[in-house]
Amino acid sequence: MKSDRGDIELAGVCKSFDGITNVVDGVNLKIADGAYCCFIGPSGCGKTTILRMIAGHEDPTAGEIVIGGQNVVGLAPVQRRTAMMFQSYALFPHLTVRENIAFALRVRGQSKTDRLRAADAMIEKVRLTQFADRLPAQLSGGQQQRVALARAAITEPRVLLLDEPLSALDEQLRVQMRQELRRMQRELGITFIHVTHTQLEAIALADLVVVMEQGKIKQAGAARDVYAHPHDRYVAEFMGGQNVLSGRVEKVNGASFTLAQAAPDGIEVPLQARSTVKVGDKVDIAVRRDDVELVRPGRELPTGCTTSLPSRVLAIEYQGYFVKVMLDTVPDDEFVAYVPEKTFFADPFTVGDVVMATWATGSALPLA
Amino acid sequence: MQPSPSSAQTPPRANLAGWLYVSPLVLVLVPFFVAPILVVLAASFFATDGFGGLTPDFTLASYIDVLHSALTLKLYLATIKFTALTWVFTLIIGFFVAYFLVFHVRNQLLAIGLFLLCTVPFWTSNIIRMISWIPLLGKEGLINQALLALGVIRQPLEVLLFSDLAVVIAYVHQLTIFMIVPIFNSMARIDKKLIEAAIDAGASRFDIMRLIVVPMSKSGIALGTIFVVSIVMGDFFVVKVMSGGGSASVVSAFYEDVGVLQYPTAAASAVLLTLVLVAIVSLILRTVDIRQEITR
Repeated sequence: MKSDRGDIELAGVCKSFDGITNVVDGVNLKIADGAYCCFIGPSGCGKTTILRMIAGHEDPTAGEIVIGGQNVVGLAPVQRRTAMMFQSYALFPHLTVRENIAFALRVRGQSKTDRLRAADAMIEKVRLTQFADRLPAQLSGGQQQRVALARAAITEPRVLLLDEPLSALDEQLRVQMRQELRRMQRELGITFIHVTHTQLEAIALADLVVVMEQGKIKQAGAARDVYAHPHDRYVAEFMGGQNVLSGRVEKVNGASFTLAQAAPDGIEVPLQARSTVKVGDKVDIAVRRDDVELVRPGRELPTGCTTSLPSRVLAIEYQGYFVKVMLDTVPDDEFVAYVPEKTFFADPFTVGDVVMATWATGSALPLA
Repeated sequence: MQPSPSSAQTPPRANLAGWLYVSPLVLVLVPFFVAPILVVLAASFFATDGFGGLTPDFTLASYIDVLHSALTLKLYLATIKFTALTWVFTLIIGFFVAYFLVFHVRNQLLAIGLFLLCTVPFWTSNIIRMISWIPLLGKEGLINQALLALGVIRQPLEVLLFSDLAVVIAYVHQLTIFMIVPIFNSMARIDKKLIEAAIDAGASRFDIMRLIVVPMSKSGIALGTIFVVSIVMGDFFVVKVMSGGGSASVVSAFYEDVGVLQYPTAAASAVLLTLVLVAIVSLILRTVDIRQEITR
């Protein structure tokens, strides 16, 4: 309890339940004080285990967890000054909203009047005053979530850990509660660590997005960075919004290289500082789905586009402000174009049409 | 048959199916439970010639006899004493055994194995289980011998066997399982995440037990209490054997009555005891919603 800072550092953290496979495998990460950090990955990737290790409900097999400059491995959650909001909330079913929220103060030995006053203040903060005397079962999903948040926040933790906090809610409520989480985080000014498997949730909320696969961090960075500049095929596919193509490097010429593909002239890709490619290398590239433009064959390509891939329209989905057009551009991978609604309906395609898929050359991104 | 959503009435076929579902239970309960109770109830109002002959009559004489007897009160007090002691010990042991099995045995297979171990005493008959106490508690029994050998006592303790202590020991031995099972059942349904949430909030082990586990096992405790209380209050055999005839219970009194052919008095005592038990059980049920436990 020496420090109020909620910055977290994970150093070489490993966790193995059976002594053979590492569920969490050498994770290194720094999370700034007061940041909103989202761990994202498919189920079983170790994100919840990391959260539980930070919370103190699981001990790492190896490595250090440092909160506010202090190694907390082996300490109880109370000593770490962390609080956890559990998946499906784990509210005490036999206690009222007020008693649930005051629980942590009760076991800390606060007097009844003190703890109920504090609980009522917190109840007001999460706008549940009229439900204070109800049991959790008499509340809606969104209200239960707010109770869980209030119960976790009442101890004034320096880190709040949220395990898939929105997964039990329906779509509309999820968007609403997402904003509420962000609002609470700003109000409390503490570090939030949020585990989710929904990339939309992660990029909408987080200052720091951490993409995980099989116990390892694949990429960590600002939401926009991770979404727009994925390191590799896995991150690109997991975060979505990207078309991933692969092929062999045909020639390297100065600031760009050409990828051999179904297209007659290959695909021209700008060479980025970090990537060094040689002729013959197998390379993955990503092209944002909303960067893809569709042109009828024979028409002139928009300026800046040097690559065009002949494709057949497989399916069309209307999505409101854009239209999702699925194409057979590349044989094995999905290839999708998000066409703005107005552009699409100015000259609508139908399934089976042949189109040229093209994009500004600069927007193609080589992946690691 | 598809039930038509428009008709508010239950279709006759569904009605029939409902009756078929309950019929096995009805077939068992009516001849073996409802009918005997009605016979006892009727007999309690009959007059007797004192030699086992009953005359169909409506007299409250038997009830007046029973209620006026000073013995009745004494027997009820004795029975309630046995019941209370047995309840306290079975509750304490049952609660902690269930708590251990649910919260401390991580391996589920091991938990089920240990749970089955609790039922081992039931593999033999009640009589054998009681007789087995004699070599342990008797004057020449293991406990006395051990205490004598250790020099703790000079004379063998007589209080161990054929005493109220022995009665309570036998009851506790027999009935703890009836506490373990329902408490285990309601504890096993406590989401482990709740315990973690309590730890996260800073609760100690004792806090968790006091504030989470006990309140959430209340219905199991109530069910176990009903089992234990109704079995002890309805028993005379253990009292008779383990007290060596030194103590009696309510039921032993009307067992004696039946022995001397005082059927109406016995019946009246039985009806009275049933009423007392119904009152106790309904009191217990008022404190917890057992239906919730069963349907949950």
